[in-house]
Amino acid sequence: MKKKIGVYICHCGGNISDYVDVEKVKKSIEDEGGVYLAKTTMFACSDSNQKDMVDDIKGNELNGIVVASCSPKLHLTTFRNVSERADLNKYNYVHANIREQDSWAHSDDKNGATEKAILLVKAAIAKARLAEPLIPNKIQAQKAVAVIGGGIAGMKAAIALSDKDCPVYLIEKAPFVGGRVAQWGNMFTSNQTGEELITKLYHELIKRKNITLFTGAEVTHNAGSIGDFRLKVSVQPRYFTGTCEEKQLQQAIDACPVEVLDEFNFNLTKRKAIYRNAASEYPQTATIDMENCTRCGKCEAICDKIDLSQKEEILDLHVGSVLMATGFDPYTPAEGEYGYNEVDNVLTLPQFVRMLELSDKKLIRNGKEIKNIAYIYCVGSRQEEDGNTYCSRYCCTSAIHTSVEVKKKFPGVYNYHFNRGIRTYGKQELLYAESLQLGDIYLQGDEESLPEVSGESGKTMVKVKDILSAGRLIEVEADLVVLVTGMVPRADNSVGSMFKLPKGRDKFFNEIHMKLRPVETFIDGVTIAGACQGPKNIMESVNSALAAATKSYSYVSKGELETEPIVAEVDAELCSWCDACTAACPFDAISMTNESSKAIALINNSVCKGCGMCLPVCPTDALNLIAYSNNEIESMIDALAAG
Amino acid sequence: MTEKIRKSAKILVFSTEKISDPAIDMAGLLKLHYPPTVYTITVPCSSGIKSRWILHAYEKGFDGVFIAADGTDCVFGESCTEKTGQLVGRTHVLMKEKSLDPARLKMAAICSVCSESFVKQIKGFNEYLLKTTNP
Ligand SMILES: Cc1cc2nc3c(=O)[nH]c(=O)nc-3n(C[C@H](O)[C@H](O)[C@H](O)COP(=O)(O)OP(=O)(O)OC[C@H]3O[C@@H](n4cnc5c(N)ncnc54)[C@H](O)[C@@H]3O)c2cc1C
Repeated sequence: MKKKIGVYICHCGGNISDYVDVEKVKKSIEDEGGVYLAKTTMFACSDSNQKDMVDDIKGNELNGIVVASCSPKLHLTTFRNVSERADLNKYNYVHANIREQDSWAHSDDKNGATEKAILLVKAAIAKARLAEPLIPNKIQAQKAVAVIGGGIAGMKAAIALSDKDCPVYLIEKAPFVGGRVAQWGNMFTSNQTGEELITKLYHELIKRKNITLFTGAEVTHNAGSIGDFRLKVSVQPRYFTGTCEEKQLQQAIDACPVEVLDEFNFNLTKRKAIYRNAASEYPQTATIDMENCTRCGKCEAICDKIDLSQKEEILDLHVGSVLMATGFDPYTPAEGEYGYNEVDNVLTLPQFVRMLELSDKKLIRNGKEIKNIAYIYCVGSRQEEDGNTYCSRYCCTSAIHTSVEVKKKFPGVYNYHFNRGIRTYGKQELLYAESLQLGDIYLQGDEESLPEVSGESGKTMVKVKDILSAGRLIEVEADLVVLVTGMVPRADNSVGSMFKLPKGRDKFFNEIHMKLRPVETFIDGVTIAGACQGPKNIMESVNSALAAATKSYSYVSKGELETEPIVAEVDAELCSWCDACTAACPFDAISMTNESSKAIALINNSVCKGCGMCLPVCPTDALNLIAYSNNEIESMIDALAAG
Repeated sequence: MTEKIRKSAKILVFSTEKISDPAIDMAGLLKLHYPPTVYTITVPCSSGIKSRWILHAYEKGFDGVFIAADGTDCVFGESCTEKTGQLVGRTHVLMKEKSLDPARLKMAAICSVCSESFVKQIKGFNEYLLKTTNP
């Protein structure tokens, strides 16, 4: 059928038209073969333009459309929906990216950008001329979601999914749930403790029959894709068959001869190989750290609920979507960075938060009562190029909140904040005001004049050229220096690589689009939530967790999913069955069949993922990928070459 | 008469939907400039590019073809790197048969945020092509 194509060229406000002469583009393409109408539009994605497109398609019986606008990653679905609303098969719509790959990339060369836009639109028209109506594949979607990471984001996401009547597997690597939040005492901005918050969520979790919680568990293998992920999960034993009586448990802990640094307290204290972090921690059963346990059997002799013979279990899970919520690590300063590990009374903020939690009547470090505390901000954040250039968002508020907490608990303390501009956005600003009212002193440096820490003759001095007092050098003798450290991606993020999750320039997991698709990833069926995506406080983590839960649910809710009909096809005349394609296919989607007593390749459409790996190995060029046929690609090349 | 000086070579880029195309998008977002005579055709995976498409591009007048490969990030599996390498190898042989300089086909793995690397590669390739291909 002869093509009647409508072409829409977007100004994108001025994002495109400031650099690309869109009217010239329109004029240059309107006589291309197949083009029935060509229009420029201020915002192609706006409701009014979408409506006009529907009217155009229906009124003129268009059987193809081209939209030249921003990246298809943003609005492919928008314009596919427009096509469907106009009863046009959505695969008859072709997109030309004239913003990210043209007007923005060549904003230094308007003529060049305009000429390029003309060719990109012509190439899209060439493809639209050949595009065939296609029917999406339908696949079964397993109605279950695996949530990886049982911190606040993972716990909230699991509860939200459960509320939608969706089975959830919550997989937590540590022996206890709660993630980092469980480590914090009173928290901004609600003044609830981390323990209270996690306890509440844990009770919500265990009330729900459709949530299965695994602690000490890690995904070790992933196969499959959206709708059909097959996961292998290794679950480490707790070495307990039940809960020991409280007194017995304490005796067992006391009897354990192994002492290691306690990572829950950021190595400020030590713990035994048999341990729990807090009496109320969930699950409330203690655990044994087998990496350090010597299997001496002393604990087993005290409590008969301890069983050192328990073994790792490997489970197979089948889910339709995966929600990643593996959180962050606090930045570890380099040796000597602001005196870290060199000057004795230099700690990080997470360490100090734990120290505060463990301190009772007096705040003491190395036998000396602490009076003056210097907080150094932006440690591990807002670094020079090649470092962590981003702002960690939570830390200004967290440092100020901690300093207010210190003052409430230990009124004689003086707080000195060596900052680089305070970023207590939103309601958090109230904390800043409170701290100022309590008499905290704020000194501000910048990237040219960062604070310096020196420890000589038993004194720790912190100095900075304070830009708030005309660059005067101000020096404070500090009993404690708190390095306000930022957030960094988990040191072990191998689970992300297992799912091929792309990382951003900050090395956190990356969403498709910050504003428009903030919890989706390029890996279909995998969503991200919480601080594994970038620095977030609890409210932000929970917001993203609820969004990711909804998105993951949308993949599995109907029990069926539409996938792209992009699969390989065989030209029976050209195929002479040499087997090269079978060897190249990573999904075992190709087998041999006989057609009119001739052996040829057969593609299993429900298994083919449309990668095209079989195409270039075929010696007779008998294989094509739907929507990427030789005709389509070569006609695009012809159009691009013509300029 | 002044001789027209070519500022940029004509380059066809094969990018991949999930990995290298986002990086090329991000180069634009960051306003990292590269010659406007660089055009992208997006495919699902770099190991599915046919030699005939590459040869067709030279025939039609492209100076160079750049494969922005998935590398080890490929969502379709580990074998992508090796297979993309093989198709480049096979195409090089065909190019030699047609007396085309094999260096006019370049491949580099471009991760989803490797915008700077993409622009650097393209600029270097452009310079090479300007020096070696006819104006
Ligand atoms: C010192 C400090 C104080 C803070 N105080 C506050 C405050 O007062 N108020 C506030 O709003 N925010 C505060 N925050 C921020 C808060 O800690 C984060 O917003 C929150 O922890 C993010 O939650 P999450 O679930 O995304 O990540 P996390 O808390 O890091 O939890 C992630 C979970 O995933 C698990 N995990 C990791 N890898 C795997 C894997 N491969 N498989 C299975 N599980 C895995 C981890 O064990 C962990 O349980 C503070 C942060 C710091 C550093």
